[in-house]
Amino acid sequence: MEFITQVINGLGLGSIYALVALGYSMVYGIVQLINFAHGDIIMVGGYSVYLVMVMYGLPVWIAIPSSIIVCALAGMIIERVAYHRLLIHNAARISLLITALGVSIFLQNLFMLIFGSDPKSMPTIFPADLIKLGSLELASSTVINIVVSVLMMMGLQLLVDKSKIGKAMQATSEDAGAAKLMGINTNKVVLITFAIGSALAAVGAVLYSNTYPQIKPDMGNLLGIKAFIAAVLGGIGSIPGAMLGGYILGVAESLTKAYISTTLTDAVVFGILILMLLVKPSGLMGKNRKEKV
Amino acid sequence: MGFLKKKTGIYYMVNFMLGTLLFFVLLISINTKTISWSDTGIIILICINVTLAASLNLVTGILGQLVLGHAGFMLVGAYAASLFTLHSGLPLAIAFPIGLLLSGIVAAMFGVVIGLPALRLRGDYLAIITLGFGEIIRVVANNLKITNGAMGLSGMESLSSRRNPSPMFIYAYVIAIVVVILMFTFGRSRHGRAVISIREDEIASESMGINTTYYKLFAFVFAAFIAGVAGGIYAHHYGMIDPSKFDFNRSVEILIMVVLGGMGSITGSVISATVLTLLSERLRDFSEYRMILYATILILVMLFKPSGLLGRYEISIPKLAGKLYRRIANRKPHSETGGAE
Repeated sequence: MEFITQVINGLGLGSIYALVALGYSMVYGIVQLINFAHGDIIMVGGYSVYLVMVMYGLPVWIAIPSSIIVCALAGMIIERVAYHRLLIHNAARISLLITALGVSIFLQNLFMLIFGSDPKSMPTIFPADLIKLGSLELASSTVINIVVSVLMMMGLQLLVDKSKIGKAMQATSEDAGAAKLMGINTNKVVLITFAIGSALAAVGAVLYSNTYPQIKPDMGNLLGIKAFIAAVLGGIGSIPGAMLGGYILGVAESLTKAYISTTLTDAVVFGILILMLLVKPSGLMGKNRKEKV
Repeated sequence: MGFLKKKTGIYYMVNFMLGTLLFFVLLISINTKTISWSDTGIIILICINVTLAASLNLVTGILGQLVLGHAGFMLVGAYAASLFTLHSGLPLAIAFPIGLLLSGIVAAMFGVVIGLPALRLRGDYLAIITLGFGEIIRVVANNLKITNGAMGLSGMESLSSRRNPSPMFIYAYVIAIVVVILMFTFGRSRHGRAVISIREDEIASESMGINTTYYKLFAFVFAAFIAGVAGGIYAHHYGMIDPSKFDFNRSVEILIMVVLGGMGSITGSVISATVLTLLSERLRDFSEYRMILYATILILVMLFKPSGLLGRYEISIPKLAGKLYRRIANRKPHSETGGAE
């Protein structure tokens, strides 16, 4: 029973990783950029919920949409200000990476300057409760995490498969040059991808601060790395892959915490990444792309 | 790249002589206490940062891969050297050089373990793996018994004392100079050219018969080795270390030295490491703005001069005297649109 509870707790944690991993995966699929700032978008989302609920005392149903809007806007602004010039000039990959890193450091230190580096405790977003399923006792936050992440993934998959902008995204990630020739406004597609990815990160931020009611300016660091590991694990560029990777990572972390050691969880997660890159670098559900000259 | 003309050899000699001259001037000033004890400390810190920046430039500039955990290797080296000198029981004058060598070797071993999976692949995996490594090695050092957790290690003795202030300086300076020369000559050697060709086009160099994984790993592990040695000096210079001294911000500081100086320009790294170290010593009061400033500089440099301020120019003093400087290679984002990707 204990084991099953741990697995489900892991799935709850993994749901957050999965939502963030989706953003990494989408952006990487379209512009081949590891968006280091993505982890910090979660932090921005967390602080905007905090700001709305604590500073202005507004209810949850305003805080969540506003956090999503703030994050989507932040994502688009970052793309326009920091990446756009490099993307249209086809700059070297390393320049893009360094810029992304710069954005990440900038956001972190800006928030540290504004809000201070000490952690802020979050108000309750959804009432905490114990849900009993037979002899299983689960925190309500775990169940909310899992349900929301599954809904989000299905929605995203639907959007990518059925809608016009989703098809444009697929085309751009397949071959940006050809997509442009077919009349797709790839600039707009990139912008929208950043917006959707960041909005998902905001949802992740809400779930995260509901589960662990504490935020601090550097919370995006480790969360971002783990979400990226989840994306690589599942196969970067694949939506179900990112979800699967997130769940596996969450379960691995929760089991390590319960049965091996609480301090070694990060090392275990990292070990999983190294192992994965050695055995199957394209990820569990990733396509093995042949490189063409 | 620079064709080895007869003049070039002379230039190298003159530059080397100038480096040696600077060494003796500094040495005499330190020994006669013209340079104060605290300023000597800053000079040693500059030497350590030059060493770190030059080694990171090997991976970031010459190989063209982003490493975000250089402080992690420094940490490994610092702990390895400190643990050795603290527990070996040998006299410090013998234990210190052995400890430095050991710190390099241990850091290089870590380099192989993380570099091998990341560098077998194309793409940006090294960046994320080293970022993760830098974070996690710190967490591990914070929790292990042998590293004394968050308290860190203390009691490492410096070779220098107020009565005899120069030995640490000699170590730091000589190692910095040797590393700079090594990096400079490596970039112009057969192996260095193989590494450069990987940066320019990995597929093309592979089809030319270059073992890309080997050369990528070689450059990365070499840099890790040097970072480890620099960590060893750092630990003995300050006498106490704890994991928080080697955090992500430290890695970023080293990276910005490389980026600002010019990716691929060793002399650029030397200059920017010197200037930035002096600046951060002088601007201690503004430390909370420092990282914001660094981040802004990183973004602006990447947007408008992606190869760094010096690009790949190497500054050479005799050449400066003659023609100011010679353009070695030119690299702008516009000229790269024809790449294979």
